[in-house]
Amino acid sequence: MSAANLAPQPGPPLWLLAELTYRCPLHCAFCYNPVDFATSGPELSTDDWLRVLREARAAGSVQCGFSGGEPLVRDDLEILVAEAHRLGFYTNLLTSGVGLTAERAAALKAAGLDHIQLSFQDSTRELNDFLSHTRTFDLKQRVAALIKDNGWPMVMNCVIHRLNIDYIDRIIEMAVELGAEYLELANSQYYSWALLNRDQLLPTRDQLERAERITNEYREKYGDRIRIFFVVPDYHEKRPKKCMNGWGNVFLTVTPDGTALPCHTAKMLPGLAFPNVREMGVRDIWYESEGFNRYRGDSWMKDPCRTCPDKEKDLGGCRCQAYMLAGDPAAADPVCDKSPAHGLVVEAVARAEAGAGRSAPLVFRDPAASRRIAAEGG
Amino acid sequence: MSAATATDACPRVSRRFRLQWEEAQNAWVLLYPEGMVKLNQSAGEIMRRCDGSRTVSQIVADLEQAFGASGLADDVAKFLELARAQQWIET
Repeated sequence: MSAANLAPQPGPPLWLLAELTYRCPLHCAFCYNPVDFATSGPELSTDDWLRVLREARAAGSVQCGFSGGEPLVRDDLEILVAEAHRLGFYTNLLTSGVGLTAERAAALKAAGLDHIQLSFQDSTRELNDFLSHTRTFDLKQRVAALIKDNGWPMVMNCVIHRLNIDYIDRIIEMAVELGAEYLELANSQYYSWALLNRDQLLPTRDQLERAERITNEYREKYGDRIRIFFVVPDYHEKRPKKCMNGWGNVFLTVTPDGTALPCHTAKMLPGLAFPNVREMGVRDIWYESEGFNRYRGDSWMKDPCRTCPDKEKDLGGCRCQAYMLAGDPAAADPVCDKSPAHGLVVEAVARAEAGAGRSAPLVFRDPAASRRIAAEGG
Repeated sequence: MSAATATDACPRVSRRFRLQWEEAQNAWVLLYPEGMVKLNQSAGEIMRRCDGSRTVSQIVADLEQAFGASGLADDVAKFLELARAQQWIET
């Protein structure tokens, strides 16, 4: 093998996402947890997670996100945060705030938690409630106060979609009212539950342009008081996103049952065995496993990516989206207008423009629906 | 010249960030919610001295002594200006 063929050694798994559980009090129709989550194996034990944290830190991980599901349903969260903090991680909790009492907030602070990202509880089932500032607002207000009282930065996140995008001004005002310093307006990406509900959730181009314009007006109005990030839905783009900043490049996700993945949806990809932290150490998972090496670099690419001048820029986009839409995980992400399957994305946007999802009911994420979908074959 | 780079100011790492040595990256990094800035060597050496007790003049003298160099004041001032704009430091 000539030197030119040797792939460079990847850097360390800087970002560890610990998906502690698929249990969740919410039923969001855009949830990115797998649709068959209810058939997942038993959750990792506290000791398993402590070992994963130590192994990941030794391999160079430095950001640790505790996520789910709702991570607060695990009563060992404080133990895990304390160990992550002791190891030198920067610790992030990604939560809806449901279950965050003053006692638990104080315990998490004492354990060394660095940051809470609070998501708006918009499961769309309670859309009216969410928009009318009643129950949701009371909960968020209580949790926002806990966040401030404990000296954490106020970072809020709201998933944006067709059913709430027209109220983006009210969403921003709510975040300002709650004292958020950062607000992420993340348009839904179409995986898992959101893919099932794509016709109902994908906004039209007009809706998207209006939302971006209003967001810019608020940026001008509030300046440094609140920093607003607007993540566009990639279906409306012509070039794909550099998914996960590169396969096996920065991100390591560990799912509730211990499966290690290069992103939280990669388990869907066919013909790839992903290792489990019960059976393999984090360093070997990251550097040696077939699952993590398969789509590193660019030697796996086909045309049009292989010969594309932008291939280093976007690395061919998202492997899961290529599989879901084009049926081949090594194909170009169909979001790219050079992809032979780009017509599928154009068609989905056209369906959104025509209001195709108006009459169909949303499929809400819950264990019963998950088991039904799994029984039907995914 | 801003407050952060006045020679008698005592800059310190902003509460929004945590400065930490990362062996795996052989670098000083700034950590913040869900993100990281990897500092190059000179940036790291300046930032680690921004502890709120040393003045800018003392930081410069300390660096010049540590690295056997002279005339670093302008470079340090330039970096601190950038660090302040990024809100990495406060005074």
